[in-house]
Amino acid sequence: MLIYNQMVVDLFSSDAFSEVDADRVFHALADSTRRDILARAILREQSVSALARHYEISLTAVQKHVSVLERAALVTKNRSGREQLVIANPEMLRRANTLLKAFEQLWLDRARQIAEILAEEGEPR
Amino acid sequence: MTVISSTTDAERLTLDLVAEFEASPARVWDVWEDPRKLERWWGPPGWPATYTRHDFEVGGQARYYMTSPEGERHYGWLRFDLIDGPRRCEFANGLAVADGEPAPGVEPAGGVIEIEATASGTRMLVQTRFLDLAQMELMLGMGMQEGFAMALGQVDALLREAVPPERATA
Repeated sequence: MLIYNQMVVDLFSSDAFSEVDADRVFHALADSTRRDILARAILREQSVSALARHYEISLTAVQKHVSVLERAALVTKNRSGREQLVIANPEMLRRANTLLKAFEQLWLDRARQIAEILAEEGEPR
Repeated sequence: MTVISSTTDAERLTLDLVAEFEASPARVWDVWEDPRKLERWWGPPGWPATYTRHDFEVGGQARYYMTSPEGERHYGWLRFDLIDGPRRCEFANGLAVADGEPAPGVEPAGGVIEIEATASGTRMLVQTRFLDLAQMELMLGMGMQEGFAMALGQVDALLREAVPPERATA
């Protein structure tokens, strides 16, 4: 939660985004469908048509969303035969560890809080 | 309490935490089974949890919310797929919307609890498995509108106030 905000700040203050007009990034992220497309492109490279299957909008509309994300440097497009493959900016991929570390901290806190409850009960085993 | 190990695997997107407690397995199991105890440790520091439902039985579900320091409620749910007390529990943990019901289209993370007696107390393993980064970000709060707006506000301020001098060449 708090950690999360710091991560987003880290992401946007990284080199990968410094040359991009911030307005484009904010505009790109202002739409829930584009945020969802971005989330899927973080997971793995996939075609525009595969992305489009998740939404009840036309393939053209999805292509437009992808273009907005691309202009904001949030994703890149690669052509493979007849297909256009979309993948999130590599900067995003480094976040897996950061995210796991955030959950690790959560569970360390939880374990400590469990120990406090058990100690408080203080009954003999 | 001693944390024996904490292992993260960025390729499998798993987190394994092993902790030892100076208490019997039955008492460690009880912090999961008793909702009044569970809500005392489930939320991160400063984010108390409130369980409005806790059907701790196979196929049973739980509903909870965690209250942020600013008083905002963040809702979640649990589903217990296997319960073998006081040894093992398998569960799903997902995000919920404001009425407490599971958020549509958001897959839950998976969890396994293993509890066993040791010479001096009890060892507890908790494994959490995520499907992908997007899910992890959602679970940490990125999918929530307030959180997102707040983050964008921070980024906006950051970019306006602190334009980096010379960008280092990569």
